[in-house]
Amino acid sequence: MRQLCKGNIALMKGAILAGCRAFYGYPITPASEIAESAALYLPQIGGTFLQAESEVAAINMVYGAASAGVRVMTASSGPGISLMQEGISYLAGAELPCVIVDVMRGGPGLGNIAPEQSDYTAMVKGGGHGNYRNIVLAPASVQEMAELTLLAFELADKYRNPAVVLADGFVGQMMEPLELEYRNAELPEKPWAVKGTVETRRNLISSIYLEPDGLEEHQRRLEAKYIRAQEFECRHEAYCTQDAEVLLVGFGIVSRVLLSTVEALRRDGVRAGMFRPITLWPYPSRALAKAASKAQNVLVVELNNGQMFEDVRLAINGEVPVKFFGRVGGNVPSVEELKEIVMSFAHPSRNRFDATAAHHTEEKAIDPYSMLVS
Amino acid sequence: MENTRATRVIDPETGSNYDVAHEKSPVFYDTYERKADLRHQTHYCPGCGHGIVHKLIAEGIEELGIKDKTIFVSPVGCSVFAYYYFDVGNVQAAHGRASAAATAVKRACPDKVVLSYQGDGDLAAIGTAEIIHAANRGEKIAVFFVNNGIYGMTGGQMAPTTLVGQKSTTTPWGRHPAGEGFPLHMSELLSTLEAPTYIERVALCDNKNIMRARRAVRHALELQRDNAGFSFVEILSPCPTIWGKDPVEARAWVSDGMIPVFPLALFRDRKPEMPVVPEPPQRPVADVLELTTSRDAAEPQKSLAADHHSFSHIGIKIAGFGGQGVLLLGQLLTEMGMREHLEVSWLPSYGPEMRSGSAHCHVCLSKERVGSPLVSAPDVLVAMNEISLHKFAREVVPGGLILYNGSNLPEGFDDSEVHVVCIPAGEIADVVGSPKAANIVMLGALLEATECLNSETAMQVLEAKVKKVQLLEIDRKALTAGRDYIDHQVGAVSQPDGFA
Ligand SMILES: Cc1ncc(C[n+]2csc(CCOP(=O)(O)OP(=O)(O)O)c2C)c(N)n1
Ligand code: SF4
Repeated sequence: MRQLCKGNIALMKGAILAGCRAFYGYPITPASEIAESAALYLPQIGGTFLQAESEVAAINMVYGAASAGVRVMTASSGPGISLMQEGISYLAGAELPCVIVDVMRGGPGLGNIAPEQSDYTAMVKGGGHGNYRNIVLAPASVQEMAELTLLAFELADKYRNPAVVLADGFVGQMMEPLELEYRNAELPEKPWAVKGTVETRRNLISSIYLEPDGLEEHQRRLEAKYIRAQEFECRHEAYCTQDAEVLLVGFGIVSRVLLSTVEALRRDGVRAGMFRPITLWPYPSRALAKAASKAQNVLVVELNNGQMFEDVRLAINGEVPVKFFGRVGGNVPSVEELKEIVMSFAHPSRNRFDATAAHHTEEKAIDPYSMLVS
Repeated sequence: MENTRATRVIDPETGSNYDVAHEKSPVFYDTYERKADLRHQTHYCPGCGHGIVHKLIAEGIEELGIKDKTIFVSPVGCSVFAYYYFDVGNVQAAHGRASAAATAVKRACPDKVVLSYQGDGDLAAIGTAEIIHAANRGEKIAVFFVNNGIYGMTGGQMAPTTLVGQKSTTTPWGRHPAGEGFPLHMSELLSTLEAPTYIERVALCDNKNIMRARRAVRHALELQRDNAGFSFVEILSPCPTIWGKDPVEARAWVSDGMIPVFPLALFRDRKPEMPVVPEPPQRPVADVLELTTSRDAAEPQKSLAADHHSFSHIGIKIAGFGGQGVLLLGQLLTEMGMREHLEVSWLPSYGPEMRSGSAHCHVCLSKERVGSPLVSAPDVLVAMNEISLHKFAREVVPGGLILYNGSNLPEGFDDSEVHVVCIPAGEIADVVGSPKAANIVMLGALLEATECLNSETAMQVLEAKVKKVQLLEIDRKALTAGRDYIDHQVGAVSQPDGFA
């Protein structure tokens, strides 16, 4: 059955279908509907919802619940995510599975509540201390808010690692048809958890390794796990990339705009394609390199100052010129805007705007303050 | 079994030290395998209060027979390694967050005994918020608060409980209340809260007081065994190493220096009174998540073939003041589109701006997967007020349609490239029974003018959404009135290009 549903609410429905029965959080726009629906749903099905005193407390409650082996989550946005970073580092260090949702908004500081993708670096590269990785999934539709949250719980347990659903204000706030079927969640055994039983009495949840050799060994183990995830968990979507001369790359809400842009460009005879990483970590670098291999140009579009841009350039490794276009502050580029930009370098002669001005940017070094760079 | 070992004991009367062989509580591991070396002794300094508190807790657990159901949450501080010793489930938490972690451990394991063990830096400085709120919620955990007036682990910096005038590495001339405040009284502070069941302050200054501490620890544990509420035991505790005293002097300092500032007392020992509040109903997951087909579920329009629509994609923008039902109008259209087998999306402006100011939303109706849900070049603009008309009219595609809530266009408005229809929706809504139904009048007008969706579907959706019979009746009239207005007053509207 299809129901019209808001992204944030769909996400919580997905979480519950995944067997999540504990939510600890603190309100923040544009993520609050997740906490609100958790508060509505969980107490009716024997789950736990608690509005914590802060995001610091919330993430440490997630730590406690995950220690006891339950499927647990929290949800926040920029400022709250900043407060959670220490806890996320502990969760990764103690190898505790959990799901952390970041419905991104504009920053830095209080910024605004409009959509940005400016927590990419903080979540994908790790904003907390130490060597660790989050598994990061980037939904682009309401359906995916539910489905990728389900997947996030699976991957978190599979790798005993925090998994992040990195959404943005638009995907969280918009409504689309959602199709979900009730299913019984299959919960894995967690013999390592501390449950207050004879069997688990000897268990210890901790991130301390006092001896350098011990900590190195621990980190090597984490690294091996991350390599396994890189091998098996990369996910992406490619659209019209087979013959693409221009490859547009973006994640989350941007990929939706790119999809429309590809269609608009193709209507005008420009062979454009779109590549969207679904997992931001592990990053689908190989698939991206392949999708770009026939292109003459790659354009990365983000709602930030070029945070994923770096990963795209690493993946493509100089084989194809990679350009970047970003909007920030809550502005989202329109199809028309992106079409013009692509025309400016893909078909300068057909571009009704000043092609030399656009060309000029190609000579420029990467300047984070210039939003179109190459 | 290695259950006996030598322990250094200090005779409080004579001050002499001697080793005794005694039975070690079986709640401690036989040997401390998690330690790197010296696995028969603790990592605590001689005369340290932590060792005594550990012993009291272990004995209490043993006496109550709750070893198998106990979970111990350790802090960051000298007692970070409590898990070296306690043969119970162990969770090591971040600095200051033990009571937050313990909160969730307990809620995950409601019939288990959950302990949070914290120092004064951990609990009374960095973790102040967490302990106050855990106490205020009456979490069913026992908190053992070891107050030694100093940061032991990091080498003797000031704690919130450091005494006035007491020197530390960060108060080299002694704590000055003008700059550093006065010692924080956590037991007194928590005693102002309703929820805690048990709060007591004890001291490890002599055998008599250690016996009192032992009773307090045991009582706190009993309350946990009985799931009776939040217990908090503050233990004034010697830290000979940092204080620069020998163990005997240190104990004396607990009684002479600390007790006058932190008086020993039983602050609370009663169950809080809980008012009766409604319990949430218990329902099947599928019902709660609305995954089952219910009476007014989105039953698709069977009468309509999926391809009856003459367009492949329409983008609609709806804008006005907050409170004009702008977002709802968009949702209705979106839901209608879904019921008519289209791919749809609804994207709102969101957040506080909507409280008083303007609101708008984007609606896409499409036969294909919806790419961008942002309607940057709308085929149809519904402008509920003049501001929105000015703000968004120029985005409308050439040949597109604007439905404007008003009797006439504002002076000087350029409508050369678009079709504009003025509908006095507010007035019409007033006539049918409520000015609030202006958005539904506009919906009727939009359906009649564009024929993009079926007005029967509109009624279906309204019936599913509007629970009050009276309001539904007004909406029905408003919908019809909007359609009639286009039909009778405006006549044939030339349809937006591209989907007529
Ligand atoms: C976020 C963070 N800040 C600072 C520290 C360093 N640190 C470790 S223990 C401690 C103070 C411990 O003092 P207390 O809680 O009184 O325990 P004690 O060692 O005296 O038993 C500090 C500041 C830390 N581990 N984490
Ligand atoms: S420094 Fe103080 S608190 Fe820490 S172990 Fe030594 S005596 Fe105990």
